[in-house]
Amino acid sequence: MKKIGFIIVCLSGALLLYATQDFPRWGDPNSPASTHVSPRYIQKTLEETDVPNAVTSILADYRGYDTMFETTVIFAAGMSCLILLRVFKRKDEDRYYRHISTGITLHVKGEKTIPDRSKEFERIDTMWTPYDLIIKTVSRFLVPFIQIFALYVLAHGHESPGGGFQGGVIFGASLIIMAIAFDLRTAMRRFKEKIDGLFSALGVFIYAGLGALCLLLGGNFLDYKELATIFPFDPIEARAYGILGVEIGVFIAVMAVMVCIYVNIASEGRLDEGL
Amino acid sequence: MEALIHHIVGKYNYWLYIILMMIGLYAMIAKNNLIKKLVGMNIFQTAIILFYVSIGCKKGATIPILEEHGAHMGAHTIKVADYINPLPHVLMLTAIVVSVSTFGVALALAVKIYQKYKTLEEDEILMRLREK
Repeated sequence: MKKIGFIIVCLSGALLLYATQDFPRWGDPNSPASTHVSPRYIQKTLEETDVPNAVTSILADYRGYDTMFETTVIFAAGMSCLILLRVFKRKDEDRYYRHISTGITLHVKGEKTIPDRSKEFERIDTMWTPYDLIIKTVSRFLVPFIQIFALYVLAHGHESPGGGFQGGVIFGASLIIMAIAFDLRTAMRRFKEKIDGLFSALGVFIYAGLGALCLLLGGNFLDYKELATIFPFDPIEARAYGILGVEIGVFIAVMAVMVCIYVNIASEGRLDEGL
Repeated sequence: MEALIHHIVGKYNYWLYIILMMIGLYAMIAKNNLIKKLVGMNIFQTAIILFYVSIGCKKGATIPILEEHGAHMGAHTIKVADYINPLPHVLMLTAIVVSVSTFGVALALAVKIYQKYKTLEEDEILMRLREK
């Protein structure tokens, strides 16, 4: 298998390398990719959408359908992780509790539980390592700044590199940091699974709903200039705000799906203890 | 010979991506461990993403964020050659997030396979399948 694989790889690599002689030189301004539709995007983006960042305006306006279905793909990926891994039956599982003042560990089997918010006992992971003060403190300080930065990346996506996808991933990472630095239960108490599932659907709903709203107002699907009829913008501004609304939808969906994928894979779907 | 060197120097980016892509393809074909196959898939995706981003490059151009001052006066003030092609960036922006999601689904499947067969080695999984 290894030899066949090597031969296949060498053959296809050689074919691809042979094909590179037809490719334009690196950085050629007259290459086919840069000559047909992209000049129009660059020239018209400010005039038509009032968004200086051409990447954002193409992402959410000119190629809005594409991005809508990409968001749907992400939503589907999160849901398939959930469906594949999530176990709802609570079997006779081992639980470990630690007496906070003495440090004695209790091993509980079966149905009996100690409430999670007990003052004397705290639940610990099976592979428990003592909390690291530095990691806990630093992540506690960092998480709000990461989240503010994520919101900045989202809201400033019109004028600087950024947007819904990037901001959503940063915000999701801040929640994943919580789950890694503390434990999965602490993170899940702050961002519950139901909210997570709801948010991942809500993001796609905001995107598609905004498109459908434009349809209801008499325009084409995702034609944001129709929003000017109900909001006090002029049509070009309305497109910029429509892009922002869509980016918020993408942000929410991506953030929720990142958390969903992480918690399900890290805890094998039990959502009790993770990495 | 000089033509060949000229060719390689002008298009070395494609050569690098093809090598990277072939590393990923080889890992997907030849590696026995499912996680290593997934890492190969990710390398493959990264190669394609780099390839697209390099297509959008223009020599001497800057990022496709238009300068606000003077831009409202009309389209003729915007020189296309000053800004790199934004389209590949848009395509790859979504492709990165989709690749993360596909990687997540693939990892979820790998977790399920591990739960069922207690191994991630392909030959051992096939052996267990034949035993039944």
